[in-house]
Amino acid sequence: MQQPILEVNNLKKYFDIRGGVFGKKVGEVKAVDDVSFSVNPGEILGIVGESGCGKSTTGKSILRLIEPSDGEVKFEGQDITKLNAESMRKLRRDMQIIFQDPYASLNPRHTVEKIISEPLLIHGMSKQERKSRVKELLEVVGLSSYHASRYPHQFSGGQRQRIGIARALANNPKLIICDEPVSALDVSVQSQILNLMEGLRDQFNLTYIFIAHDLSVVKHISDRVGVMYLGRLVELTDKDSLYDDPKHPYTKALLSAVPLPDPDIEKERIILEGDVPSPSNPPTGCAFHTRCPMAMEICKNIRPNFEQVEVNHFVACHLYNGAEQ
Amino acid sequence: MTEAILKITDLQTHFFTDNGEIPAVDGVSITVNKGEVVGIVGESGCGKSVTSLSIMQLVPSPPGKIVGGAIQYKGEDLLTASKKRIKDIRGNEISMIFQEPMTSLDPLFTIGNQIREAIRIHQKISKKEASRKSIEMLKLVGIPRAEEVMNDYPHQLSGGMRQRVMIAIAMACEPEILIADEPTTALDVTIQAQILDLMKKLNKEKNTAILMITHDLGVVADICDRVIVMYAGQVVEEGTTREILKDPSHPYTKGLIRSIPKLHEKDQKLYSIPGTVPKPKLGVVGCRFKDRCEFAHDRCFSDSPELFSLGNSRHSRCFLIDDPERKVAQDAAANIGSQ
Repeated sequence: MQQPILEVNNLKKYFDIRGGVFGKKVGEVKAVDDVSFSVNPGEILGIVGESGCGKSTTGKSILRLIEPSDGEVKFEGQDITKLNAESMRKLRRDMQIIFQDPYASLNPRHTVEKIISEPLLIHGMSKQERKSRVKELLEVVGLSSYHASRYPHQFSGGQRQRIGIARALANNPKLIICDEPVSALDVSVQSQILNLMEGLRDQFNLTYIFIAHDLSVVKHISDRVGVMYLGRLVELTDKDSLYDDPKHPYTKALLSAVPLPDPDIEKERIILEGDVPSPSNPPTGCAFHTRCPMAMEICKNIRPNFEQVEVNHFVACHLYNGAEQ
Repeated sequence: MTEAILKITDLQTHFFTDNGEIPAVDGVSITVNKGEVVGIVGESGCGKSVTSLSIMQLVPSPPGKIVGGAIQYKGEDLLTASKKRIKDIRGNEISMIFQEPMTSLDPLFTIGNQIREAIRIHQKISKKEASRKSIEMLKLVGIPRAEEVMNDYPHQLSGGMRQRVMIAIAMACEPEILIADEPTTALDVTIQAQILDLMKKLNKEKNTAILMITHDLGVVADICDRVIVMYAGQVVEEGTTREILKDPSHPYTKGLIRSIPKLHEKDQKLYSIPGTVPKPKLGVVGCRFKDRCEFAHDRCFSDSPELFSLGNSRHSRCFLIDDPERKVAQDAAANIGSQ
């Protein structure tokens, strides 16, 4: 068995809600609530879910850009949640992130060269080395070396995302967390970036955690996919079993809700009632029971465990956990 | 015979900026028949939103100006109509919903206030009667506890609920046409499914024509009868939803469809159209897609293609239609490519 590059155990992130005259803690938002998974080297793990389900918070907590409240994040066997700031900074060379909004994640006052070479500078590289490395990186992501002296506003959305990718690649990372990297892009540009990311994975033997809300995109790029709902993972398996044989009622509804660009496919659509409940006051028991068409009495009180129901197919649902016993 | 209720002919909407004149919409013709759902698809900057704003005469001016063409609503030219007449039509016979429901609702007024306002501008009824009607509309769009929601402010509602309120306002006067500009783009998929279902229901029950502006071909397949594909300010292809999605004719439409990752198909390498969407500018010679098109030939660089007819209401702006021999060669090449 392969040693996973990243192991996340019982990760939790609670945000305090403060109120009143003295800013007393009046409640908490359970943005990420007991999430566990592992990622193997060279793998692309997709995480999907609707807005507010905690998928971005999970990504940022892994890098400790948001300090997790509880749980373990093991990178190459080492628990990084206990590391001090200095060792964490060193480790970030191996773990990078690409953000959703290429307009907001690049400093408008810096040239592309400065943006890409900043991570190199922090990790100590001479000026000459940096210059040639920037050139090399620009070519890797499909831009030209003369782009180095330009500013972000001179590029289109797709090109800016390429700059973001070049910056993430600068220190030869092992793991890249991609937080909605293509959702701000047009369809024709989106496919260019997806192809680029797949190519880079093969070229540099990268591992991605690919966070997105678009199920078709995640299916296209990922090897395994995890589905999140209200801060919890509800299903995790390889992509073919997820899309051909979804187990959790939420996954089923989510898949059936995606409109397909093919008029010949008639599918039964499961329309979920209502909205996602507020994470500051999540339902008791299974978080999905308020909208679930299959809800049973037990779902209201007891939170289902995240268990393996088939080989490499994990589900948190009483429908399956009961059957197994 | 179907009755055309909205007929746009050769619409030209240009923006006059410091960097010169920009033809955002450059000769667009669209017809919407009674009770029909027509989709306009295209990527950002193709002019689909400006087209819809032009119909409602909501293009910010300056810098925007409709410099040519005609927009006829039931035979009446909207571009020459008086301001008062436009006000009568807008929100009453043609209404519009926008992408971002939070910015389209006034945060300082209650939901009830905003729906009542829309009704009372166009209908001479008492406040009480308007309230009754508002509650009825909220129930129609599937809002639970409609009476209470009347007294809520927009920030108290979720994104999906706000979009329902927007639709309730738009539908309050039972318009003939509903223009929906990316109504589900800001929403999650499960909520999107709810809203699309609601729009389909309204289209069936009230026979309201819908002009659906979107970049999502999945939404198009789900709801539209007919589709118009726009690229760089022009219509490049037009046909029924099935024709466009199953048998696209224009190289751009083909490329667009091939570059979407598909949920229902097994993996394959994703196709991508090289290059980026060009910025619209005056005096472009030749086909606007020529720089990104794998089938571009001499004629594409020297002449601008017209919308060639492919029979029925099917059109495509590509010289290949006009040149059967080359088309055969192209299809052969495409077959090799897909095998």
